[in-house]
Amino acid sequence: MLSTRALGLAPSLRQATFSPARTHVLRNVIRSSLTKRFVQTQSLKPEDGTTILNTQRLQRPSSPHFTIYEPQLTWIGSIFNRVTGVALGFLLYGFSLAYLVAPGTFDSTHVIEFVGGLPDAVKYAGKFILALPFTFHSFNGIRHLLWDSGKFLTVKGAYSTGYAVLGATAISTVILMLQ
Amino acid sequence: MSVLNQAARRLAKASIIDVRSFATSVRRLQAEPLQKPVLNKEFKIYRWASFGSPCRPTFENPDEPAKKPNLQSYTIDLNQTGPMVLDALIKIKNEIDPTLTFRRSCREGICGSCAMNINGQNTLACLCRIDRDASKDSKIYPLPHMYIVKDLVPDLTQFYKQYKSIQPYLQNDNPPEKGEFLQSQEDRRKLDGLYECILCACCSTSCPSYWWNQDEYLGPATLMQAYRWIADSRDGNSAKRKEYLQNELSMYRCHTIFNCSRTCPKGLNPAAAIAKIKLDLAAD
Repeated sequence: MLSTRALGLAPSLRQATFSPARTHVLRNVIRSSLTKRFVQTQSLKPEDGTTILNTQRLQRPSSPHFTIYEPQLTWIGSIFNRVTGVALGFLLYGFSLAYLVAPGTFDSTHVIEFVGGLPDAVKYAGKFILALPFTFHSFNGIRHLLWDSGKFLTVKGAYSTGYAVLGATAISTVILMLQ
Repeated sequence: MSVLNQAARRLAKASIIDVRSFATSVRRLQAEPLQKPVLNKEFKIYRWASFGSPCRPTFENPDEPAKKPNLQSYTIDLNQTGPMVLDALIKIKNEIDPTLTFRRSCREGICGSCAMNINGQNTLACLCRIDRDASKDSKIYPLPHMYIVKDLVPDLTQFYKQYKSIQPYLQNDNPPEKGEFLQSQEDRRKLDGLYECILCACCSTSCPSYWWNQDEYLGPATLMQAYRWIADSRDGNSAKRKEYLQNELSMYRCHTIFNCSRTCPKGLNPAAAIAKIKLDLAAD
């Protein structure tokens, strides 16, 4: 008792003895030392290790990725660049092929006539849908060219150019919408 | 007179109490230790364990076959915990659930064992402070898009194989006749920001390109080490090293996303290193 007092251990020892969690652990320790356990071992050949490892590997799940990763300008911007690129590509190829198939319906005069007959709201919405991916993809392309020539290759540079691209996209989208 | 007597008696009493100091008194033994207020915070931790393999320890319920991974919630008192997320994990393992499994070793950000995804970002648990806002829970996942051995332990076999594939050691057919390879201070400075990598795999597993093409794309950590040997003035094999990367997948799956540099717990810049390899290859 004297030694615990000298070392200042008394409170912690008392806590260990009386706190409910510790008594639980203590009981388990006593129980497991009282009950006898019969342990059987089986010997394995070295090559069995590989088999065991391979059966384990088959069960292993893949950890979650884009669903749990924090949305950051870096990778969300990159995904958006990819998506807009694919969408613009589809539009270009789709329109070109359609023109090849039916030149009478998809020539400039007919397209202008068709768009001219649409209500204003649809016109603005359509311009927005076309202008946003186009401007974003173009400005982000310039950003990539800057990176590829060795400029702005820091996290700070990536973020400042990223925000610049977003700002330029917003401004140019509005301008193109009002044209 | 009696008043004086009383005062003297009181003084004497007081001095006796003073001599029997608090440290030896019965009250001392019964006193509750001073404790900080309780600040409970919830941690939600990714749990998964395989069942049925012959060498597994039998902690888990064998009647429950391999379950899907789930998030398990633990609440601990932050005022009884160290400042870092690793302290919280160790406290949970010690006091609540000894089956919780994670890698840890140095607890000071030099071994790279405790790399995991904490609140959506890859980092080292030992370098990541616990957010003391107790109203928000903290989510802890293993490194993203990796095969899970158990709980927070990913299988890094592929990652290490990729590192091995770039031959991360000095190669030079013309060693100096006497002594060691000498290097100018300027050349040595080129290796700063490259050699400090501890291969914790935070950057590679934060890279969406690496998520989708892990089998063939080498990933930012390995590529930065590839550049570390290309940039080394003492290495004589840089032509072959570059040739190894000269294909569609090994390096060119890098789309300059910058997740790697953003997440690196050591503050290194793998994206810039890869961009420099690309410039080197373009100039070839």
